[in-house]
Amino acid sequence: MSRVAEDIKEKARRALEKPAPIGPDVDLRRYRDEVGERPPIEDLSKLPEPQRQRMTKAGIDVTERQRAGSLIVMDHSVVHRRQNIQDLEILDIRQALQSYPDIRDFWWKAVPVDADKFTATAELDLDTGYFIRARAGARSIFPLQACLFIGQDGLAQKVHNLIIAEEGSELHIITGCAVDLNVRTALHVGITEIYVKKGATVTFTMIHNWGENVEVRPRTSIVVEEGGTFISNYVLMEPVQTIQTYPTAYLVGKGAVARFNSVIVGLPGSHIDVGSRVVLQAPETRAEVISRSISAGGRIIARGHLLGEAPRVKAHLECRGLMLRDDGAISAIPELGTRFADVDMSHEAAVGRIAQEEIEYLMARGISKDDAVAIIVRGFLNVKIEGLPAELQADLDRVIQTADLSGL
Amino acid sequence: MKKPLLEIQDLHVSVEDKEILHGIDLVIPEGETHILFGPNGSGKTTLLNTIMGLSGYRVTQGRILFDGQDITHLPPYERARLGIGMAFQRPPTLHGVRLRDMVRLAAGNGDTIDIEGMARRLNLTEHLDRDVNAGFSGGEIKRSELLQLRAQSPRLVMLDEPESGVDLENIQLIGQIIAELLQKTTHHHYERRVSGLIITHTGFILDYLEADRGHVLCNGLLQCSGNPREILQNIRQHGYEECVTCRVLQRI
Ligand SMILES: Nc1ncnc2c1ncn2[C@@H]1O[C@H](COP(=O)(O)OP(=O)(O)OP(=O)(O)O)[C@@H](O)[C@H]1O
Ligand SMILES: [Mg+2]
Repeated sequence: MSRVAEDIKEKARRALEKPAPIGPDVDLRRYRDEVGERPPIEDLSKLPEPQRQRMTKAGIDVTERQRAGSLIVMDHSVVHRRQNIQDLEILDIRQALQSYPDIRDFWWKAVPVDADKFTATAELDLDTGYFIRARAGARSIFPLQACLFIGQDGLAQKVHNLIIAEEGSELHIITGCAVDLNVRTALHVGITEIYVKKGATVTFTMIHNWGENVEVRPRTSIVVEEGGTFISNYVLMEPVQTIQTYPTAYLVGKGAVARFNSVIVGLPGSHIDVGSRVVLQAPETRAEVISRSISAGGRIIARGHLLGEAPRVKAHLECRGLMLRDDGAISAIPELGTRFADVDMSHEAAVGRIAQEEIEYLMARGISKDDAVAIIVRGFLNVKIEGLPAELQADLDRVIQTADLSGL
Repeated sequence: MKKPLLEIQDLHVSVEDKEILHGIDLVIPEGETHILFGPNGSGKTTLLNTIMGLSGYRVTQGRILFDGQDITHLPPYERARLGIGMAFQRPPTLHGVRLRDMVRLAAGNGDTIDIEGMARRLNLTEHLDRDVNAGFSGGEIKRSELLQLRAQSPRLVMLDEPESGVDLENIQLIGQIIAELLQKTTHHHYERRVSGLIITHTGFILDYLEADRGHVLCNGLLQCSGNPREILQNIRQHGYEECVTCRVLQRI
């Protein structure tokens, strides 16, 4: 093992007991690390109906018709991989690390390996993950899709994903996460490092479809170079026990742009702590963070942090929360900071219940009260995302608009 | 005698424990359009909102009949389904709900309506894909309310100052659309089944349709009723003070 690799391992070992600075702690020993290999699946549409449904709900197109490529992880195995475009690579991260040793230069460079026990355990006990690379100038209107699926009760799944968009490329990715119906408890730890090179664009859409007793700790960082654009869309509308994540984008090149949109529904019993942070490190970079949370009994902490570390940056943060019942909770925690005078940074935050006036406006048009509430809730969650291809927006709209809101 | 569509009997309405309407009696027969005048704060919007059934307007006495049915305690959507429609004076913004969807919802299911065509006439084509009332100008809000009412096609059309904030060019358009809503452009008198209750300060609407009756609301009471043009003329000349006196005279 190389010196560098040995250093990384050593750092990880020292961080293995280090709790995350925020979010409920997790006892890693509660979850199983060993599980059998899953056999390959050639045709996703042949998956058993419940699994197919769970994946579809997480944005995965099992027909693969509208996808530039796919990679499906079940438990600890990559069970399916398809790559339709030569310059848009998608493969098993373990295989990628062997075939392309130089991608080690990006490994644990955006996310520190010793950030907390979750990054540490992902290094010391890596199960799998995906590698996606768009070669310089490559593009496709259809997204690549990756699915992280847990099918065994009590399992820990630790993945590390690496995404590289070379100069001038355009890359769209959907990551769908789901557990099988029989999975009561599980732990998912996901490290994702994304590198957006000069003038490249990456849209990263993540849809979470976990279960009531699943604990989730994604650790994501993005590095955006000059003139690059990164757009993240995050959707969580299904139950989860606890999730804590705070993806951070570093805008390191002049004119780089980051946008984060999140749509979160907190159901009873769910503890959700989701934030987005953008560090604007180069002049004339721009950022926008939009978060919409609905508590239908769950506890939601919606964080946002913009840090202006260079002159002439522009950034806006918007956190809106809607309380549908009296037994949940929403905290919107926006944070801004800079040392420069010529920046334009702002935030707005609002939490409250649906305005009676809006419900009655719809009722006066002949719409029943329940339907009026559902229409307003969907409208609240309906975020139009600038820069997202129409196909992807349609996928996202479908997930949001067809979600079952009857229990709210 | 024409069949009454709306019948209001001794209506007392309180808002936040303060009585605003002190006993209103009003009958609007089928096919008739009535104009409601009155100074600011006299209770005109309160009356319309109460007929629509909006919360916050508590009926403490009296009742409202629509087509013979007591609707005093029905929720707004049941009133809307019976055929009551109102253009709001200050409607809220519905974020994430496109005007197109709102119009479709207002039309109810089953009806096939020409949303594009109606929107074009009201110069709202581009607004169809915007969120309802989000950043709409005052005049655009008025037109959007009319568009929704067109789709809803109510039997009782209630308009709250449809002309306020509308420029001269659009006022003509609005006048025509309202006349159509009220079927005032239908030639055969016997086909007119739609009734109207229109709040106006300017009386502009009288240039576009023949209104049957006018009423003046002062201090929560209907002070006088009669020919809407004469009433408007009176208010223009003498202000609202006269109306109160006028009622006293009528009583003698
Ligand atoms: N929600 C409320 N809370 C307190 N007072 C109210 C409320 N709504 C109406 N009022 C009061 O009731 C009275 C009647 O108001 P209303 O809006 O019906 O008047 P209006 O005749 O429509 O006036 P305008 O010509 O200015 O539109 C006013 O004094 C108003 O301040
Ligand atoms: Mg008024």
